[in-house]
Amino acid sequence: MARLVFLGRLEDVAGADEITLPLAAPTPLDAVVAQLPAALARALGDPRIRVAVNGALVAGPALIAPGDELAFLPPVSGG
Amino acid sequence: MRVVRLLDTALDPAAELARFAAAHAGAGGLVSFLGQVRGGEGIEALDLRHFPPLTLPGIEALADSASARWRLDGIAILHRIGEMPPAAPIVLVAAAARHRRDAFSAVDYAMDHLKSDSWFWKREKRDGAWRWIEPRAEDGADLARWAPVT
Repeated sequence: MARLVFLGRLEDVAGADEITLPLAAPTPLDAVVAQLPAALARALGDPRIRVAVNGALVAGPALIAPGDELAFLPPVSGG
Repeated sequence: MRVVRLLDTALDPAAELARFAAAHAGAGGLVSFLGQVRGGEGIEALDLRHFPPLTLPGIEALADSASARWRLDGIAILHRIGEMPPAAPIVLVAAAARHRRDAFSAVDYAMDHLKSDSWFWKREKRDGAWRWIEPRAEDGADLARWAPVT
C-alpha cells in the first residue's frame, strides 16, 4: 500500500486529496502513475509537477516502496 | 528573534506586531506588511492549502535567508492557511532593524518569495463555485528583482 497525496487542482482531477494504492513491492514512480485512471495519469504527466516521497522532493526516476507517501505538487499559486 | 508560524485560525496583526515590537525595543525601525484576502468581483472566500513537510520549513529558510542578506534584529512571518472571508488577514511579515532600509528590503524580499516561491495552493469561491488559482507571470518577474547573493 502507498498513500498518494494530491495538492491544488490535482485534488479535483483525482476526486480526493489523497488515495491509497495497493503496492506489494518497490515500484518505479511511472509504473505507479500508470495504475491510476487515465485522466489523472495524464494530468500527473505535466512536467511542471514536482513529486515528494515521504515529504522530500525527488528529481528524476524514483522507486516507491510499500508504506511510502507520494505527493504530487503542481505549480504554486502563492501565499 | 525569528518567528515563523502557520495559523489555521484568525491572525491578529495588531497583537502580533505589538509582541514583535516589544521584543525589539532597541531597533531603530520596524517595517511590516499585512496582506488580506482581496474582495469584490463576487469573491466569497479564499482557501489556502499547504503541504506540511515542505511549507513551514520553506518559510523558515526564507526567514533565514532574509536575515543573512540584511542586518536585521528580527523577522516575523505569520501566514494563514485554511478558508478565509474577504478582508481577513492572510499574511503578516515584519522586520526589525537598526536602520529602516534593511527592514523595508527584507519585508519586500520575503513577500516576493512568499507569493511566488512558497508551497501554497489557493482556490477562490466566486458566486458559489470554487476555482483553483494558477501562478501569474508577474510572480516570476517579482522574484527576478532579487539577484542571488554571490
